[in-house]
Amino acid sequence: MTLREVKDILDAEVLVGQEQMDKDVRTAFGADLMSDVLAFAKAGSLLLTGLTNPQVVRTSDVLDIAAIILVRGKKPSPETLTLAEELKIPILTTKYILFETAGRLYQRGIVGCMERVDEERARP
Amino acid sequence: MLAHETTLYENQFPVEGGNFDKAGQVSSQIKAILKRMNLSNEIIRRVALVSYESEINIVSYARKGYIHIQVKPDYVLIEAIDEGDGIPDLELAMQQGWSTASQRIREMGFGAGMGLCNIKNFSDFFRISSDVGKGTQLKMVIKIDKVFDGI
Repeated sequence: MTLREVKDILDAEVLVGQEQMDKDVRTAFGADLMSDVLAFAKAGSLLLTGLTNPQVVRTSDVLDIAAIILVRGKKPSPETLTLAEELKIPILTTKYILFETAGRLYQRGIVGCMERVDEERARP
Repeated sequence: MLAHETTLYENQFPVEGGNFDKAGQVSSQIKAILKRMNLSNEIIRRVALVSYESEINIVSYARKGYIHIQVKPDYVLIEAIDEGDGIPDLELAMQQGWSTASQRIREMGFGAGMGLCNIKNFSDFFRISSDVGKGTQLKMVIKIDKVFDGI
Protein backbone atom coordinates (compact mmCIF):
# COMPACT_ATOMS: atom_id res chain seq x y z
CA MET A 1 0.00 0.00 0.00
CA THR A 2 1.29 3.49 -0.74
CA LEU A 3 1.55 6.26 1.83
CA ARG A 4 -1.08 8.10 -0.22
CA GLU A 5 -3.55 5.26 0.41
CA VAL A 6 -2.65 5.32 4.12
CA LYS A 7 -3.35 9.04 4.14
CA ASP A 8 -6.77 8.49 2.50
CA ILE A 9 -7.78 5.61 4.79
CA LEU A 10 -6.93 7.65 7.87
CA ASP A 11 -8.25 10.94 6.49
CA ALA A 12 -4.83 12.22 7.51
CA GLU A 13 -3.00 15.46 6.95
CA VAL A 14 0.54 15.29 5.57
CA LEU A 15 2.82 17.53 7.62
CA VAL A 16 6.17 16.42 6.20
CA GLY A 17 7.03 14.34 3.14
CA GLN A 18 4.37 15.25 0.58
CA GLU A 19 6.86 14.15 -2.09
CA GLN A 20 7.13 10.63 -0.59
CA MET A 21 3.48 9.60 -0.98
CA ASP A 22 4.36 6.85 -3.47
CA LYS A 23 6.43 4.99 -0.85
CA ASP A 24 5.24 1.42 -0.32
CA VAL A 25 4.37 0.19 3.19
CA ARG A 26 3.17 -3.20 4.43
CA THR A 27 3.74 -3.28 8.19
CA ALA A 28 3.20 -1.07 11.21
CA PHE A 29 4.06 -0.76 14.88
CA GLY A 30 2.18 1.31 17.46
CA ALA A 31 3.53 2.56 20.81
CA ASP A 32 4.20 5.71 22.81
CA LEU A 33 7.26 4.27 24.49
CA MET A 34 10.30 4.87 22.30
CA SER A 35 12.34 2.13 23.98
CA ASP A 36 9.65 -0.34 22.90
CA VAL A 37 9.68 1.07 19.39
CA LEU A 38 13.47 0.59 19.34
CA ALA A 39 13.13 -2.96 20.61
CA PHE A 40 10.35 -4.16 18.32
CA ALA A 41 9.64 -1.95 15.29
CA LYS A 42 11.11 -3.01 11.98
CA ALA A 43 12.66 -1.12 9.09
CA GLY A 44 10.16 0.12 6.52
CA SER A 45 7.22 0.01 8.97
CA LEU A 46 4.79 2.77 9.81
CA LEU A 47 5.09 4.10 13.35
CA LEU A 48 1.72 4.89 14.96
CA THR A 49 2.24 7.05 18.03
CA GLY A 50 0.81 9.80 20.18
CA LEU A 51 4.24 11.13 21.10
CA THR A 52 5.19 14.33 19.25
CA ASN A 53 8.65 15.36 20.45
CA PRO A 54 11.82 15.26 18.30
CA GLN A 55 12.81 11.89 19.78
CA VAL A 56 10.05 10.27 17.72
CA VAL A 57 11.88 11.43 14.61
CA ARG A 58 15.28 10.37 15.96
CA THR A 59 13.92 6.94 16.84
CA SER A 60 12.39 6.64 13.36
CA ASP A 61 15.68 7.63 11.76
CA VAL A 62 17.61 5.02 13.75
CA LEU A 63 15.13 2.32 12.68
CA ASP A 64 14.52 3.42 9.06
CA ILE A 65 10.80 3.86 9.78
CA ALA A 66 8.85 4.60 6.56
CA ALA A 67 6.57 7.25 8.07
CA ILE A 68 5.29 8.54 11.39
CA ILE A 69 1.52 8.57 11.88
CA LEU A 70 0.51 10.81 14.77
CA VAL A 71 -2.79 9.65 16.24
CA ARG A 72 -5.49 11.41 18.30
CA GLY A 73 -5.06 14.58 16.20
CA LYS A 74 -1.63 15.35 17.68
CA LYS A 75 0.42 18.16 16.18
CA PRO A 76 4.19 18.08 16.57
CA SER A 77 6.39 20.91 17.82
CA PRO A 78 8.26 23.06 15.24
CA GLU A 79 11.50 21.34 16.32
CA THR A 80 10.00 17.95 15.48
CA LEU A 81 8.89 19.16 12.04
CA THR A 82 12.29 20.71 11.29
CA LEU A 83 14.10 17.52 12.24
CA ALA A 84 11.73 15.39 10.13
CA GLU A 85 12.33 17.66 7.11
CA GLU A 86 16.06 17.39 7.66
CA LEU A 87 16.05 13.59 8.00
CA LYS A 88 13.38 13.20 5.28
CA ILE A 89 10.93 11.25 7.41
CA PRO A 90 7.26 11.79 6.50
CA ILE A 91 4.84 12.79 9.27
CA LEU A 92 1.08 12.40 8.92
CA THR A 93 -1.50 13.31 11.54
CA THR A 94 -4.91 11.67 11.91
CA LYS A 95 -7.82 12.43 14.21
CA TYR A 96 -8.49 8.72 14.74
CA ILE A 97 -7.41 7.24 18.07
CA LEU A 98 -4.62 4.65 18.10
CA PHE A 99 -7.02 1.69 18.20
CA GLU A 100 -9.07 2.97 15.26
CA THR A 101 -5.97 3.90 13.28
CA ALA A 102 -4.51 0.42 13.69
CA GLY A 103 -7.87 -1.26 12.98
CA ARG A 104 -8.54 0.67 9.81
CA LEU A 105 -5.07 -0.05 8.42
CA TYR A 106 -5.25 -3.73 9.41
CA GLN A 107 -8.60 -4.10 7.67
CA ARG A 108 -6.98 -2.88 4.48
CA GLY A 109 -4.03 -5.28 4.66
CA ILE A 110 -1.35 -3.59 6.77
CA VAL A 111 -0.09 -6.05 9.39
CA GLY A 112 1.95 -5.69 12.55
CA CYS A 113 5.72 -5.73 12.05
CA MET A 114 5.55 -8.80 14.29
CA GLU A 115 2.66 -10.74 15.80
CA ARG A 116 3.88 -11.58 19.26
CA VAL A 117 7.02 -10.62 21.11
CA ASP A 118 7.67 -14.16 22.31
CA GLU A 119 7.74 -15.54 18.77
CA GLU A 120 10.06 -13.15 17.13
CA ARG A 121 12.68 -10.67 18.22
CA ALA A 122 12.93 -7.32 16.48
CA ARG A 123 16.25 -8.23 14.95
CA PRO A 124 15.65 -8.77 11.26
CA MET B 1 49.33 -6.30 9.80
CA LEU B 2 46.46 -8.78 9.81
CA ALA B 3 43.30 -7.80 7.98
CA HIS B 4 41.16 -7.82 11.13
CA GLU B 5 43.46 -5.33 12.81
CA THR B 6 42.83 -2.67 10.21
CA THR B 7 40.71 0.16 11.55
CA LEU B 8 38.30 1.31 8.86
CA TYR B 9 36.89 4.18 10.87
CA GLU B 10 37.35 5.60 14.31
CA ASN B 11 35.95 8.68 16.02
CA GLN B 12 34.83 10.09 19.33
CA PHE B 13 31.70 12.21 19.67
CA PRO B 14 31.04 14.38 22.74
CA VAL B 15 27.57 14.18 24.31
CA GLU B 16 26.24 16.97 26.52
CA GLY B 17 24.43 15.91 29.69
CA GLY B 18 20.97 17.39 30.15
CA ASN B 19 20.69 18.76 26.61
CA PHE B 20 17.51 16.99 25.51
CA ASP B 21 17.18 19.04 22.33
CA LYS B 22 20.36 17.52 20.96
CA ALA B 23 19.74 13.97 22.21
CA GLY B 24 20.17 11.57 19.32
CA GLN B 25 22.23 13.89 17.13
CA VAL B 26 25.42 11.88 17.58
CA SER B 27 23.66 8.62 16.71
CA SER B 28 22.14 10.12 13.55
CA GLN B 29 25.64 11.28 12.62
CA ILE B 30 27.15 7.83 13.28
CA LYS B 31 24.39 6.23 11.20
CA ALA B 32 25.10 8.54 8.26
CA ILE B 33 28.83 7.76 8.43
CA LEU B 34 28.24 3.99 8.51
CA LYS B 35 25.84 4.27 5.57
CA ARG B 36 28.63 5.71 3.48
CA MET B 37 30.85 2.76 4.47
CA ASN B 38 28.83 0.14 2.67
CA LEU B 39 27.88 -1.85 5.77
CA SER B 40 24.64 -3.87 5.73
CA ASN B 41 21.43 -2.16 6.82
CA GLU B 42 21.03 -4.55 9.72
CA ILE B 43 24.47 -3.79 11.14
CA ILE B 44 23.93 -0.04 10.73
CA ARG B 45 20.53 -0.26 12.40
CA ARG B 46 21.88 -2.16 15.39
CA VAL B 47 24.87 0.15 15.84
CA ALA B 48 22.59 3.20 15.61
CA LEU B 49 20.13 1.70 18.09
CA VAL B 50 22.79 0.80 20.64
CA SER B 51 24.45 4.20 20.22
CA TYR B 52 21.10 6.02 20.51
CA GLU B 53 20.02 4.33 23.75
CA SER B 54 23.51 5.03 25.18
CA GLU B 55 23.29 8.65 24.08
CA ILE B 56 19.86 9.03 25.70
CA ASN B 57 21.36 7.62 28.92
CA ILE B 58 24.24 10.12 28.92
CA VAL B 59 21.88 13.05 28.22
CA SER B 60 19.46 11.82 30.88
CA TYR B 61 21.76 10.89 33.73
CA ALA B 62 25.29 12.25 33.29
CA ARG B 63 27.02 15.63 33.29
CA LYS B 64 28.82 14.86 30.07
CA GLY B 65 30.26 12.00 28.14
CA TYR B 66 31.25 10.71 24.77
CA ILE B 67 30.54 7.94 22.33
CA HIS B 68 33.55 6.28 20.79
CA ILE B 69 33.14 4.21 17.70
CA GLN B 70 35.62 1.99 15.94
CA VAL B 71 34.87 0.04 12.78
CA LYS B 72 37.01 -3.01 12.02
CA PRO B 73 36.50 -5.44 9.13
CA ASP B 74 34.93 -7.99 11.51
CA TYR B 75 33.07 -5.86 14.03
CA VAL B 76 31.94 -2.43 15.21
CA LEU B 77 32.98 -1.39 18.71
CA ILE B 78 30.88 1.24 20.49
CA GLU B 79 31.85 2.69 23.83
CA ALA B 80 29.75 5.12 25.84
CA ILE B 81 31.71 6.75 28.63
CA ASP B 82 30.24 9.36 30.94
CA GLU B 83 31.09 11.56 33.88
CA GLY B 84 28.21 11.49 36.32
CA ASP B 85 26.80 9.98 39.48
CA GLY B 86 27.41 6.42 38.34
CA ILE B 87 25.21 3.42 39.12
CA PRO B 88 25.37 2.00 42.68
CA ASP B 89 23.70 -1.34 41.86
CA LEU B 90 24.40 -2.60 38.36
CA GLU B 91 22.34 -5.75 38.76
CA LEU B 92 19.30 -3.66 39.64
CA ALA B 93 19.98 -1.23 36.78
CA MET B 94 20.06 -4.14 34.33
CA GLN B 95 16.60 -5.32 35.41
CA GLN B 96 13.92 -4.58 32.86
CA GLY B 97 11.50 -1.97 34.19
CA TRP B 98 13.81 -0.52 36.82
CA SER B 99 14.40 3.19 36.32
CA THR B 100 15.26 6.42 38.12
CA ALA B 101 14.09 8.57 35.19
CA SER B 102 12.67 12.05 35.66
CA GLN B 103 9.31 13.17 34.28
CA ARG B 104 11.17 14.99 31.47
CA ILE B 105 12.81 11.77 30.31
CA ARG B 106 9.49 9.89 30.44
CA GLU B 107 7.80 12.58 28.37
CA MET B 108 10.33 11.89 25.62
CA GLY B 109 9.23 8.26 25.51
CA PHE B 110 12.13 6.86 27.51
CA GLY B 111 12.81 6.06 31.16
CA ALA B 112 10.81 2.85 31.33
CA GLY B 113 13.81 0.82 32.41
CA MET B 114 14.45 -0.72 29.02
CA GLY B 115 17.48 1.12 27.66
CA LEU B 116 20.22 -1.08 29.07
CA CYS B 117 18.24 -4.25 28.23
CA ASN B 118 17.82 -3.05 24.66
CA ILE B 119 21.52 -2.27 24.40
CA LYS B 120 22.43 -5.72 25.72
CA ASN B 121 19.92 -7.51 23.47
CA PHE B 122 21.08 -5.81 20.30
CA SER B 123 24.80 -6.26 20.97
CA ASP B 124 26.85 -9.37 20.40
CA PHE B 125 29.05 -8.38 23.31
CA PHE B 126 28.09 -6.06 26.16
CA ARG B 127 29.91 -4.92 29.27
CA ILE B 128 28.94 -2.30 31.81
CA SER B 129 30.99 -0.90 34.64
CA SER B 130 30.35 2.05 36.91
CA ASP B 131 32.10 4.05 39.60
CA VAL B 132 29.74 5.79 42.00
CA GLY B 133 30.38 9.53 41.95
CA LYS B 134 32.53 9.26 38.83
CA GLY B 135 30.63 7.76 35.93
CA THR B 136 29.57 4.80 33.85
CA GLN B 137 31.25 2.95 31.03
CA LEU B 138 29.49 0.82 28.42
CA LYS B 139 31.26 -1.32 25.87
CA MET B 140 29.38 -2.95 23.01
CA VAL B 141 30.43 -4.99 20.02
CA ILE B 142 28.34 -5.72 16.97
CA LYS B 143 29.75 -8.42 14.74
CA ILE B 144 30.02 -7.91 11.03
CA ASP B 145 31.75 -11.18 10.24
CA LYS B 146 30.24 -14.47 11.38
CA VAL B 147 33.62 -15.96 12.29
CA PHE B 148 34.43 -13.15 14.71
CA ASP B 149 34.91 -14.63 18.19
CA GLY B 150 35.73 -11.79 20.53
CA ILE B 151 38.03 -8.82 21.08
